[in-house]
Amino acid sequence: MNQILIQFMNGITYAGLLFMIASGFTLIFGVMRVINMSHGAFYILGAYMAYTIQKQTGNWLYGIIIGSITVGITAYIVRLLVSRVKGDLPQTVLTLGISMMIADLCLYIWGGLPRTVGEPMFTSTPIPFAGLTYPAFRFFVLALALVVGGTMWYMLQRTQLGRILRAGTDNRSMTSALGINIDRIFTLVFILTGFITGLSGAVGGTYIAFGPGSDFSILTYALVVVIMGGMGSIAGSALGALIVGLVDSFGRAYVHEVAIFLLMGTLIIVLAFRPRGLLGREE
Amino acid sequence: MDDILSLKDVHVHYGSSHIVQGISLDLERGILAIVGRNGMGKTTLVKSIMGIVPVTSGIIRLLGRRIENKKPYEVAQCGVGYVPQGRELFRSLSVDEHLRLARREGAEWNSRRVYDLFPNLYKLRNQRAVLLSGGQQQMLAIGRALVTNPSLLVMDEPSEGLDPIVLETVIRTCKDLIKGGISLLLIEQNLHAATSLAGELHVMVSGTIVQKIESERIMHDKKTQDQLLGVSVEAG
Repeated sequence: MNQILIQFMNGITYAGLLFMIASGFTLIFGVMRVINMSHGAFYILGAYMAYTIQKQTGNWLYGIIIGSITVGITAYIVRLLVSRVKGDLPQTVLTLGISMMIADLCLYIWGGLPRTVGEPMFTSTPIPFAGLTYPAFRFFVLALALVVGGTMWYMLQRTQLGRILRAGTDNRSMTSALGINIDRIFTLVFILTGFITGLSGAVGGTYIAFGPGSDFSILTYALVVVIMGGMGSIAGSALGALIVGLVDSFGRAYVHEVAIFLLMGTLIIVLAFRPRGLLGREE
Repeated sequence: MDDILSLKDVHVHYGSSHIVQGISLDLERGILAIVGRNGMGKTTLVKSIMGIVPVTSGIIRLLGRRIENKKPYEVAQCGVGYVPQGRELFRSLSVDEHLRLARREGAEWNSRRVYDLFPNLYKLRNQRAVLLSGGQQQMLAIGRALVTNPSLLVMDEPSEGLDPIVLETVIRTCKDLIKGGISLLLIEQNLHAATSLAGELHVMVSGTIVQKIESERIMHDKKTQDQLLGVSVEAG
């Protein structure tokens, strides 16, 4: 029973991390119709920057902040490049190329060994929970994911920026015809999602080792979450992340050899019944 | 004083198709109505004014300022309110969110004024816009354009899909707006709507304005109606 509870907790805390990563990806697609294949590279860049800053300063929070800001700036540069290219496929291929460049740069700077960001002091004490002790940092990740998700929901539903994003997703040209500089808004979204992805990398890199190849691995999981939940749906990303987190956690614990098969099989079953994803909507 | 809207020899292509062929027209103030059958290039002309489709050649001026090939948001910020064909409401937004999205701070037109103009919309303000009836959607589309505080309203077939009673409400509203100082560029297939609002119609055929005709005359001339518009309407 304890094992099951531990795997359940592992699953939902991993789901929290996956949601933070996937929400940025799905927001960019939903609003801008750009499939940002450099999303995984953003994650590891945030992780590597946090690792370096934390190592230099001994301060985890500085590492998280610098890691997030670095990726936000990188996202801005990527947005400038992507906006010069016309067409979905050329844009996607461009982001794929950028992803490879970032991954190679990270390999050049930090080498090939796996790293982790040093854990902060305030989460060093495990928390007693349902007769177990569970790492406090993982509770922190879950809480952070809830804060990020709640903030995103509030932003989308209760602010002018959110109205613009929802309108821009529905009809970009009509939104522009109302006097709204939708290009500037999209740039802001790109930067914000880059910041969140960098934050995810910095936080995720604290309890999951990262290294060469982590960008591809995390991008794959993000894509599974987004497709399962429905492209462009934040709520779908939350639901998709929950399913992927739990399936992955229990799969690795109990049927390790076929854990990936189980995960992809779940995706196939979902798409067989809901081709647009669980909460995806008609174009 | 500059004309509200002035077009000089405007051409628009879709690929190799020459859709708008050298249109020139001037709207000093008040209303200018363009009528024509389906496929004559009316909506393309409107979209080229709004910056949604590119102008191949020609000049478009709004209050003396050139706006051809500006981005749609730049055209709107110059004072053009757009009520598109088919309304193009946002399916994710409620009625109230449509008005709050488009409003300008400190502008003459705001949500409250739109609700005064269309009281039914106030009752439906929290409803998703796409769930409204056709007439309600048209009122919302007009209200959404009004809160951008325009000098010029561009309305593309506002009568589409409306029953006669609702259409009369829209016509009355347009008359009030014109009296209130907003100019109107009206694109219509519905002859009754066009002749109710404008004393003179510009008839568009195959991408050009072929004739200007008085509303009173065309309403009593079935032969001209058939020839130019493919429809005949009883004079009201």
